Amino acid sequence: MGSFLTSRFITYLLGGISSGVVIALVALSLVIIWKSTHVLNFAQGAMGMFAAFVGMNLVFKGTNYWLCVLLSLAVGLALGGVTERVLIRPLYGKPEINPIVVMVGFLGVIESAIPSIWHSNLLPVPTPFSQVYYQNNGHTILISPFVIFQVVLALGIMGGVALLFQYTNLGLKMRAAALAPEVSRLLGVRVNRLLTLGWILSSGVGAMAGVIVSSGQSLAATNMDGIFVSAFIAAAVGGLESPIGAITGGLLIGVTESFILGYWSSNMAPLAGVIVLVISLAIRPQGIFTRNITRRV
Amino acid sequence: MIHVEDLSVSYGAVKALRNVTMSAPTGRITAVLGTNGAGKTTLLRAISGLVKPSSGTIHCNTTALVGMATDEIARFGVGHVPEGRGVIAEFTIEENLRLGVLASKIDANEGLERQFELFPVLGERRKQYASTLSGGERQMLAMARALIARPSFLLLDEPSLGLAPQVTAEMMRTISSLCTMEDLTVILVEQNAKSALRIAHEAVVLHLGSVIASGTAETVGDDSDLRRYYLGLVQ
Repeated sequence: MGSFLTSRFITYLLGGISSGVVIALVALSLVIIWKSTHVLNFAQGAMGMFAAFVGMNLVFKGTNYWLCVLLSLAVGLALGGVTERVLIRPLYGKPEINPIVVMVGFLGVIESAIPSIWHSNLLPVPTPFSQVYYQNNGHTILISPFVIFQVVLALGIMGGVALLFQYTNLGLKMRAAALAPEVSRLLGVRVNRLLTLGWILSSGVGAMAGVIVSSGQSLAATNMDGIFVSAFIAAAVGGLESPIGAITGGLLIGVTESFILGYWSSNMAPLAGVIVLVISLAIRPQGIFTRNITRRV
Repeated sequence: MIHVEDLSVSYGAVKALRNVTMSAPTGRITAVLGTNGAGKTTLLRAISGLVKPSSGTIHCNTTALVGMATDEIARFGVGHVPEGRGVIAEFTIEENLRLGVLASKIDANEGLERQFELFPVLGERRKQYASTLSGGERQMLAMARALIARPSFLLLDEPSLGLAPQVTAEMMRTISSLCTMEDLTVILVEQNAKSALRIAHEAVVLHLGSVIASGTAETVGDDSDLRRYYLGLVQ
């Protein structure tokens, strides 16, 4: 058992899962916005990092880590709401390219604003749990208490979001508001409120991804850029509509990336997303967990 | 009662409704008839707040609807089954119905059971996706979803569209009995004048956005000029 856990295969698999959950989390936040407002938020990663910067910077000043996490979450939630009301709401009903262009611009604004607000700090953000990997008979298993915390937190958030969408009245209304806003209004659903809520929720998830990525690393405005690209592919692999699909896509990309890194070359790791995307498009172009719906008109 | 007074609606330079005045009495079915482009759908959309009138008023009993948001009008008690039914294909039958009741104070489970009694076929397939239903079943679902919140007013836009004659006849019978059972004030927009006049108490004929005739369904149906030129009914 010991040699199994420390085998190269399992080592790369575990490494892939721990990086995959972060990709999955960001992919999930993209799916939430897509499901609730049919907008692709290209600033999702940067918004998450902004929220993480607000909270995690205070960790260096001695503020309790958990308070800083809560602060990041609150900033993320608020940023989502404000972004929807100020930048996105005026664009509803306009060509679909408009919000994309605006959010790409917003990405640039955030990534420029962060270094001008906070001085660079190369020290890694202290973590609440040890980052030292467990040992088994003198062999290293690529799991630390902090990695377990990251994975459990990410899975908890994913589970909560999936339950919200699938099993609650609020989730039902949010899905309906995105799929059929006019019909939802005719049924008395306060659609605008739900669209804002979708952004708030998504941005909160993005903020938590920012916190997970930043903990144990030095803070940089671009920390999420690479992850965002992988997350975008993961969301597409899942069909953009499916939280489970986004999570599966994220994990697949994380694990593929880890295997490429381990067995092949670190230069080839960015290929992971492309490989997963090409295979999934060839097998199920509509997304791995998306049902084929025939709309009658 | 729904009372529309001097209502005009424009889409840019195109006038869809021109000074329309009509009433739909309480507990009765008022058919709004006319050819394509007469303004029938626009009239319903204006009542529901989906389009803003350029002038005129709309009252449900004593409440003025112009200026209210669509969701507010729905919560006030106006159910609207839009053209094409508006059933959400990605939802199950139960999810579609549940969505209809969430904005009201009605208990969801009670509402569901009631609709399943009215439309047993929906109850049998409650977990089935709406995308799998036939046209007639979708129409039933759309009506059940509008009725589940127990509205006082029901706007039906072309419920017979795309349905076989037998299914249309069944649908019209259902509308008629629902109107009586639920004491609903119904505005029924239809191109299929023959079917609509069979169950309607009152009728209004629109042509190019203006009311050209109104009265009891019987008098409108008996007018040979209206039948020939506006309702497509051959003598």
